[in-house]
Amino acid sequence: MNYHKYETVIVGAGGAGLMAALYASRGSDTAVISKLYPVRSHTGAAQGGIGAALGNMEEDHPEWHAYDTVKGSDYLADQDAVEMMTSMAPGIVIELEHMGLPFDRTPDGKIAQRRFGGHTNNITGKPVMRACHAADRTGHMILQTLYQQCIKQGVTFFDEYQVMDLLINEGRVAGVVAYEIATGELHVFHAKNVLFATGGWGRVWKITSNAISYTGDGAAIVLRKGLPLEDLEFFQFHPTGIYKMGILITEGVRGEGGVLINNEGERFMEKYAPTVKDLASRDVVSRAIYLEIKAGRGINGQPYVYLDVRPETVNKYFEKDGVLGPDGKPKRVTAEYLLKKLPDIIDFCKTYLGIDPMKEPIPVQPTAHYAMGGIPTTKFTEVIVAPDNTIMPGLYAAGETACVSVHGANRLGTNSLLDLVVFGKIAGQRMAEFARENDWVPLPKETWEPVQAELDRLLNNPGNENPYQIRAEMQEAMNDGVGVFRTEELMQQALDKIRELKERYKHIRVMDKGKRFNQDLLEAWEVGNLLDIAEATTVSALNRKESRGAHSRDDYPKRDDENWLKHTLIYREADGTFRIEYKPVVITKWQPKERVY
Amino acid sequence: MAETFRATIRILRYNPDVDKKPHWAEYTVEVEPTDRVIDALHQIKWFQDGTLAVRRSCLHGVCGSDAMIINGRNALACKVLMKNAGTMVTVEPLRGFRVIKDLVVDMEPFFEKYRSIMPYFINNDPPPPRERYQSPEDRARFDDTTKCILCAACTTSCPSFWANPKYVGPSAIVQAHRFIFDSRDQAWEERLRILADRDGVWRCRSVFNCVEACPREINIKKAIAEVQQAILTGSRGF
Repeated sequence: MNYHKYETVIVGAGGAGLMAALYASRGSDTAVISKLYPVRSHTGAAQGGIGAALGNMEEDHPEWHAYDTVKGSDYLADQDAVEMMTSMAPGIVIELEHMGLPFDRTPDGKIAQRRFGGHTNNITGKPVMRACHAADRTGHMILQTLYQQCIKQGVTFFDEYQVMDLLINEGRVAGVVAYEIATGELHVFHAKNVLFATGGWGRVWKITSNAISYTGDGAAIVLRKGLPLEDLEFFQFHPTGIYKMGILITEGVRGEGGVLINNEGERFMEKYAPTVKDLASRDVVSRAIYLEIKAGRGINGQPYVYLDVRPETVNKYFEKDGVLGPDGKPKRVTAEYLLKKLPDIIDFCKTYLGIDPMKEPIPVQPTAHYAMGGIPTTKFTEVIVAPDNTIMPGLYAAGETACVSVHGANRLGTNSLLDLVVFGKIAGQRMAEFARENDWVPLPKETWEPVQAELDRLLNNPGNENPYQIRAEMQEAMNDGVGVFRTEELMQQALDKIRELKERYKHIRVMDKGKRFNQDLLEAWEVGNLLDIAEATTVSALNRKESRGAHSRDDYPKRDDENWLKHTLIYREADGTFRIEYKPVVITKWQPKERVY
Repeated sequence: MAETFRATIRILRYNPDVDKKPHWAEYTVEVEPTDRVIDALHQIKWFQDGTLAVRRSCLHGVCGSDAMIINGRNALACKVLMKNAGTMVTVEPLRGFRVIKDLVVDMEPFFEKYRSIMPYFINNDPPPPRERYQSPEDRARFDDTTKCILCAACTTSCPSFWANPKYVGPSAIVQAHRFIFDSRDQAWEERLRILADRDGVWRCRSVFNCVEACPREINIKKAIAEVQQAILTGSRGF
């Protein structure tokens, strides 16, 4: 057996993990473990921008950003955490710039900003330019910059190691067990601190913008340890995925003036959000698309609409809306300008659709995109294990896998990249401090043995079920039953299906029996994680009898603050049943009111 | 829905634990024209032969995991559509690196070259309270090379690299260019010294397979020429 000892172990090397690594490694002996090479992490797929009230283009304030975030969350976000995040935002974006991040620039050399859904001037209610961006590859540049800084600082990486278990002893974290993908060897990491920065689980659904590696490993491990997950019923469907493929088309397209069009050539968002129109928050826009399709106004009767960013269309609506540029003159765009601002989007459309979005509209449909819920944490990233905010000493979570909650029932665009760096930084600082102040907990009696037993079971199972067939059926069931719109009946059908699939999963057969780069074994294990998360998500969604943010029910169409202004904590018991408890929402300045865009 | 078609995928497979040497294996798949090559590989992996190994993650050309040789050319398997790949598709691992298994190669030597050119921003002045200003024109100087996703398609298509594995290779030069021509960076002279080394930028023989191989359409030819020019003149031209 291979043993390692690091004061701080960070699992996941995306934006949150790398930011945490930079800070943790300054004050503690730190290792980063990732199932991918760090530069392959899904942060790199984020496109449109990172939100911060820098005020480089027009008046803006962190308080406005906080209010927009709370309103966007449908009042489920914890307002103390939101205020902390938005007030740290300008400083942390400047910090990224000082690390060399190549933001786009204004004519006077400042960081350039653009409009994004749900971000507004709180006085006029009109969209505000708050999204700091590097073309449409802002996540790529954040991931690259943080990885570069980690190299500069000599951070220790274990690349292509899959963490499979969390070690707990004496009520504290003692380390993790990881599987070395190249060799099939197990490694025990003894640690004082463990951070899960393991990303989301969009692969639970069929149509998703998420990487194939987005399988919720960290959250599933936590759930199996008997620790709770928070607000799983809130999963964001981004309005604009490429039809059938789910590949993300950034909201930045609408930020630059693109509009959604139905089969009648109508800019339908005018009906649903009269003030900000196409730049309403994502839950609102996804529901509008769904309703248009349901009413038979999908393009040619098919389940998609058009995203039109042809310069003549953009300029037509700029004119109609009286949109002004930073110079105070009526705003106009050219194809050349859009090509500079959205090069990757244009490339995706050419590669996958064979169309030039400067000449043709883009066929889009909502795509499973982002987990608002996850491993519950305090605003200092400590993992919460009970409704009274009791924490598990030494355990931290940050980034998409965590639920602070700064996104509540619906996340605003650009707030995920902000979340990663803000809470990654806090986690790193906290862990360095914790390592300094605390002794080692001994490893528990059993460390690698349960993982080995699970691997042996997967490898030697006598069954004949194909795990990927099971995964495909789960994705189908979740898309149909736990998607943009939900009902008791549809969700129950999905749950029944998932339980049937979990039964079948017990009889899976792994084809690759070897030790060398056995992806078949790991992918089968990931399917188990997806099933666990899918089940817990559906149970949480069935339980919440209201509509709020991304959780939209035909049978309970209204938000119900009297009964449901609270966070769900779901626990899995040893016998596989679930228990649900609740945690209050932190409200500081903003009392819940009706959401109008 | 477009008609599906049948395609044969020939894969150069190798598992050093069981195979004496690499060998070709053939699979038949039923695909849609708009399926990607990675979708065809998934069909094989998930429903025919689970021992096939291939790195991939984002599946839309931004994470850089699935560079390989498709029909003799370096490309990302998630950016080549089956309608363009055809009914007989050959797939091989990238050239010039040790094969770990099938399409998975040892990337460590690649990242070692990446690390050798100091791929991180250096500016030792105390940072100002706000951002360091940079004009849009200065920002544009290195925009193209910020797109690099470190997929290694360029370096492993380069005959100079095949002939001399010590050659730093186009990808590392692209990464160096991103910092050398960043007006805010102060270590450009040091990077130029590194690249002026005998295994540096002068090993480029102007074949420019790299330009064709780059899935991000970076003008690598221009980047290499600018670095060479900077070495010769001792100036970045600012």
